[in-house]
Amino acid sequence: MSKWISSLNQPTALVPAVAILLGLICGGIVMLLGGFDPIAAYGALIRKVFGTSYDIGETMLTITPILFTGLAVGFAFRAGVFNIGADGQYIIGMTAATFVGIKIHLPAFLHAPLAVLVGMLCGGLWGALCGYLKAYRGVHEVISAIMLNWIALYLSTFLLMKFLVAEGQQKTPNIDETASLSIGWLSKAMGGARMDWGIWIGLICVGLFYILLWRTKQGYDLRAVGFNADAARAAGINVKTTFIKTMMISGMFAGLGGVFSVLGVFHYQVASGASEGYGFDGIAVALLGGNHPVGILFGAILFGVLTYGSAGMNFDANVPTEIVRIVIGSIIFFVASHGIITKLLKPLLNRRAANKRKGASADGNAG
Amino acid sequence: MAMLADLINSTLVFSAALIFAALGGVFSERSGVFNIGLEGMMTGGAFAAAIGTYYMQDAGGEGASPWIGVLCGIAAGTLFALLHAYATVSVKADQTIVGVVINILALAITLYLVKFMFEGAGDTPLLDATFAKVAIPGLADIPFIGQALFNNYPTTYLAYVLVPLSAYLLFRTPFGLRLRAVGEHPGAADTVGINVTKYRYVGVLISGALAGLGGATIVLTTTSNFSHNTISGQGFIAIAALIFGRWNPYGVFGAAFFFGLAQALRNFITQFDFAAHIPNEFLYMLPYVLTLLVLAGVVGSVRGPSAAGQPYDPSKR
Repeated sequence: MSKWISSLNQPTALVPAVAILLGLICGGIVMLLGGFDPIAAYGALIRKVFGTSYDIGETMLTITPILFTGLAVGFAFRAGVFNIGADGQYIIGMTAATFVGIKIHLPAFLHAPLAVLVGMLCGGLWGALCGYLKAYRGVHEVISAIMLNWIALYLSTFLLMKFLVAEGQQKTPNIDETASLSIGWLSKAMGGARMDWGIWIGLICVGLFYILLWRTKQGYDLRAVGFNADAARAAGINVKTTFIKTMMISGMFAGLGGVFSVLGVFHYQVASGASEGYGFDGIAVALLGGNHPVGILFGAILFGVLTYGSAGMNFDANVPTEIVRIVIGSIIFFVASHGIITKLLKPLLNRRAANKRKGASADGNAG
Repeated sequence: MAMLADLINSTLVFSAALIFAALGGVFSERSGVFNIGLEGMMTGGAFAAAIGTYYMQDAGGEGASPWIGVLCGIAAGTLFALLHAYATVSVKADQTIVGVVINILALAITLYLVKFMFEGAGDTPLLDATFAKVAIPGLADIPFIGQALFNNYPTTYLAYVLVPLSAYLLFRTPFGLRLRAVGEHPGAADTVGINVTKYRYVGVLISGALAGLGGATIVLTTTSNFSHNTISGQGFIAIAALIFGRWNPYGVFGAAFFFGLAQALRNFITQFDFAAHIPNEFLYMLPYVLTLLVLAGVVGSVRGPSAAGQPYDPSKR
């Protein structure tokens, strides 16, 4: 028990917690400056999320894509690659799944798995392209990924408009019933919230993330490259192919997020020309979770709650939903600038250490 | 020929903003700090310029309004740069991540303010008092060259001036030498008494001011208002221009011209009949695809300032 508590007391667990707190305070200050009541707004957020079973179900739905993109970004970070392109990989995965869902007709036990597989692979290939550009062409992955995000967005809009969307429409027709991954009985149980397989597959991916990285040789190579690419190269690890493999798997995670959004939730895709920004939430979640699968899961839950709840803040307290982006941005800022937090916490930690020393010497005297 | 002159003319309109932001990137990266946050600083600059010009024209500022807007844009960009500098130089946070944060925060804060100031609207009202094209007397009368180069917005002329000025500052003054030394080998610079922290702050702040100027330029010459997609990746294209231009102001000018051309072509091409057969999406994609191709093909592996990306820790000298 005391061991469990002491693990919470480690600065590593403390920093994200303080960062979240500071992020929420920053959001509160911005709301105060805008003439809004932060207590009422955060209250509205909590009420929105935990109000009814419907809201809880819809919150789970909001968590799903962020969990997938968070896993994608975190996985790449482990190899020292900053995958800012999860957004594009998400869009490509989604578009591929939409195509399979509408254009191909198969029995259910084949159709849905095929759509998932194709979407996942296409997302992975989009990621691998970024990895290739880094490994063999020396293009910084952040720049290439940002460009690939825009290209994915316009490419997807073009493909949808050209092949799937009817004249005068903005969205595709629904996918075949056989490709659907919604869970009807669970939706009924959750008051009509759109429940699907996404969150459950996401939880499996949390486990896969751990196994891939810490229980396979490939994962060992990958982490070695992340620690020190030069040392890894000297040790005979092929750094270039590791970059590509990493980005492939990372892109597959992100692609899955898009896949479930269309197969599980909406059943159609909008050719909007605007991105939903899940890739950027994924960066926040990965950083907050320390690139560990369990940390990412908790991070995704937090951000899903914030994002879904922001609708309530807007409705009840009239606060623009951008406030949640400000909170999220501030949280990542404080996690990245953990120097600020350790400086803030130093007096506190020192006192605790002093107390411990005092306690230890008292024990010694008693003995 | 007249058509080509027009194409160069509108290319320079689009290039100006990229030149400013990319020059900003030169100062920041030459001092050893990556600035992925250029996009956010441009966003801040664009917003402030729209707001500044809007209130100034309301107050009867007339011709001075866009210039006030430019100053507001520079101030806003510098403010975001201050945050970047504090986090990356003083707190030694990861430069790439802080840049991403600047991008997220700048977009969120500006949209929040737009909704707050204009009763929930997603964009600012269209401005009347934007920049008008000014023909430079004498030079504008030269055939072809006059129309191509000397009949443009004041911001474009400012870009003509800032490129050689930046080059002079970086390569011909003690300030520039020290700034570059800090970016190449901060330990050595520190040993000879150069204040690494100060020079990195200055580099990042200049980059913010220039990126803010770039954002203001887009609002005051192209879009006439500010909305969520006013900047849409220009900051990242500026970073590509910076790499393509090999961290050199003249190189940056050439690279920014090239990317500006990709954007100008989007409008230019609609004059021709064959344009009807090219889907819009491909025209929108063009600048991004070109950026990628250039970075992957032409540039190959270029070398930036050696210490860029690493916080300076005197204890590890």
